[in-house]
Amino acid sequence: MPIVEFKGHKWEVDEDGFLSGGLDVWDRDWVEYVKHIEGIPELTDEHWKCIHFLQDYYRTHGIAPMVRIFSKVTGFKLKKIYELFPSGPGKGACKMAGLPKPTGCV
Amino acid sequence: MAAIPKPEELANISFRPPGRKWMDTKPEFKEGTHCHAAAPKWLEWLDYPFPRSWSTYDEDWKLPKNWKEIFLVGFNDRLNKYRSLRLFMDICVRCGACADKCQFFLGTGDPKNMPVLRAELMRSLYRRYHTTAGKILGRLAGARELTEDVVKELYYYLYQCSECRRCSAFCPYGIDMADITILGRELLSSIGLGIEWAMASVGSCFKIGSHIGSPPHAFKDMLEFFADECEVVTGIRPRVPVNEKGHEILFIMPSGDYFADPGTFNCMGYLLLFEYLDLDYTISTFAAEGGNFGYFISHEMGKRLNAKFYAEAKRLGVKWILGGECGHMWRVINQYMDTWNGPADFLEEPVSPITGTKFENAKSTKMVHICEFTADLIKHGKLNLDPSRNAHIVLTFHDSCNPARAMGLLEEPRYIIKNVLPPGHFYEMPENTIREKNFCCGSGSGFNADEYLPIRLRGGFPRASAVRYVHEKYGVNHVGMICAIDRAVFPPLMDYWVPGVDITGIHELVGNALVFPGERERVVDLRKRPLKGKEKEAEKFLEEVM
Repeated sequence: MPIVEFKGHKWEVDEDGFLSGGLDVWDRDWVEYVKHIEGIPELTDEHWKCIHFLQDYYRTHGIAPMVRIFSKVTGFKLKKIYELFPSGPGKGACKMAGLPKPTGCV
Repeated sequence: MAAIPKPEELANISFRPPGRKWMDTKPEFKEGTHCHAAAPKWLEWLDYPFPRSWSTYDEDWKLPKNWKEIFLVGFNDRLNKYRSLRLFMDICVRCGACADKCQFFLGTGDPKNMPVLRAELMRSLYRRYHTTAGKILGRLAGARELTEDVVKELYYYLYQCSECRRCSAFCPYGIDMADITILGRELLSSIGLGIEWAMASVGSCFKIGSHIGSPPHAFKDMLEFFADECEVVTGIRPRVPVNEKGHEILFIMPSGDYFADPGTFNCMGYLLLFEYLDLDYTISTFAAEGGNFGYFISHEMGKRLNAKFYAEAKRLGVKWILGGECGHMWRVINQYMDTWNGPADFLEEPVSPITGTKFENAKSTKMVHICEFTADLIKHGKLNLDPSRNAHIVLTFHDSCNPARAMGLLEEPRYIIKNVLPPGHFYEMPENTIREKNFCCGSGSGFNADEYLPIRLRGGFPRASAVRYVHEKYGVNHVGMICAIDRAVFPPLMDYWVPGVDITGIHELVGNALVFPGERERVVDLRKRPLKGKEKEAEKFLEEVM
C-alpha cells in the first residue's frame, strides 16, 4: 500500500489515493491534505456540510450515498458539488470524508 | 491518474507495428495502460490464493515460488476439461478476419490487440507444452517458454479484451476469444494476479451483496428514495417489496441501476411498470446484484456469485425470475447457469401473469429478460403509453454485447423503443456497428476503473464514432442501452468524443411514457426535465417541488 505524507502526518492509501483505514483514521489533517491535492482554496461550511453528511450516511448505511441522495439532502446540485470538490462527489468529496470508493457498474 | 490527451491527439492512432518480432516486444506498464493490482483484502474475503500487496509498477510481482507449476498444471487441467479451449488453440488458421474487428485494436493500433495475436499469447504456450512440434522446434513452431515476462504480458492484454465477442461473430471458425480470455484470466488469478476493480466488486458482492458493497438496508433506502421520486413526478408511489416470501416473481437488477446515474432513472422505470401491472413480485437484498464480475475472473467465481440467484429464488418461494437491463448477466444465464448451478427444477417455466405468454426460451433457466417481458405486454396492448412524453429525446440504440451476441436479444428493445418514442425519434447507427456486429463500449468485463480511462476511451472510440455519425446526421441526443456497465461508462465516453449526447436505459423511457389511471399531469420526465410543450408548467412545478 502506498503511503502519503503531508505536514509530517502519514497515511496509508489505496492506489486511487483513498484513505485505507477509512473513518477510523480520518482526521482534520487528512481533510487539509485532500484540500491541498484537490486545489481547493478554502474550506467553507458548505464543504463541511457535505463531509458530515457523507460520514453520517456511511456510518448508518455502510456505503456512500448515491449521488442523487447526496444532492437532495445537501440541497447542492451536481454542478455545485463539482464547484466545491473539483474531482466530483466520489473522487473529491468521498475521498476527503475518508470513505472508500464504490466499485462495479458505476 | 494518467493525464488524458485531447481527442484529436488520441484519435491519431498509428497502425505501424513495432520493428521487433512480437515475442521480443514487451508491454510497458505506464500509467493509464493497465489496471491496478488487486488489494489482498478482497482475495482474503474470497479465500482466493496468494493475497499480498503488490504493484504492477514493480519489477517483482511477488509471485508464489511454484507459480510456473501452478499455471502449467492449471492450463493442462482446463485443456482437458474444456474441449472448446483445446479446439480454439488448435483450429485458428490465421486468416485475419478478426484482426480489424476488435475495438481495442482499432483504438490503440497495438497488434497484440488483434484477436488473432492476443490468442497467440496463449497459443504459443499451448504449442510449447502440448504439441510435439512446439516441444522440439520451439520458436520456429511458434512456441515459447512460460516466463514472468509472459505472465505480465497476459495480464496486460487479457485485460485489454472486454470479452465482447465481436471478433467471434466474424471468425469463420467461431473461435470464442472471450473464452480464451476468461481461461487466461482464470490462470492468472490462480497465481494471485487480479485487477483491483474486478476483485473489489467480486469481494463486495460475495460478502455484502452487490458489487457496490451496499448492505441490505442501504439497498432498501435507495429503492424507497426512488419510490419517493416517482411520486413527485407522477403522483404514484410504487410499492417496494423487499425480501417478501410467497410472491410469483423474483426481480433481479444490476446494482448500477440503483446506485449509479443514469441507471437510477431506469430503476424508477422498473418500479413504475411493476406498480402499473400490480405485479406479484419481490426484490432480494441477498441476490442484490444482476452483474457477475466473478465471471470476469474465473468460472468458479462466476458460479459462486450466480448461485445466489437460485438460492434466493428457492428461499423466497417464487415461481420464476425476471431480470433487469444487465449485460453480461445474460451470457451467464443463457450459456453457463444451467451447467454451473442448474437445473433450477424447483422453479416453474415462466409465464407472463398479464398476457399468459409462455417464455419457451427460458424453459431451462427460468429467467426472463425484462425487455422480452415488456415487449410482450406492448404486443398484447396491455400498456397505455404516451410517446409524446419522450418527444425531447432523439434516440439511437447501442446493442449491449452480451444480450445481443449471447442471447440474440435484438428486436425486443427496438420494439419497445418504437412504442415509447414518437415516430421519427429513433435512428439506427450504421449497419456494421449494430445488432450482432455491435461495437463494445470499450469498458466491459470488469475494467471500468478510473485509472484505465485512456484505454477505455480508445476502446470506445469506434462505438463513439458511430454515435457521432447519427448525432450529426439526425440530431440524435440520447443513446439507449440495456446494460449497467454501458450506462456507467458511456457518459464519460460521450463527453469525450461526442459532447451533447446523453444516456438512457430503455425502461426509463417506458416509465416516462406509461399513463397511470389517477396520475398527476406530467410536466417533467423522470429526470425532472421539462416535457416538450410543457416548459412553463414545468418551471412552476419545479419551483414547488425543489
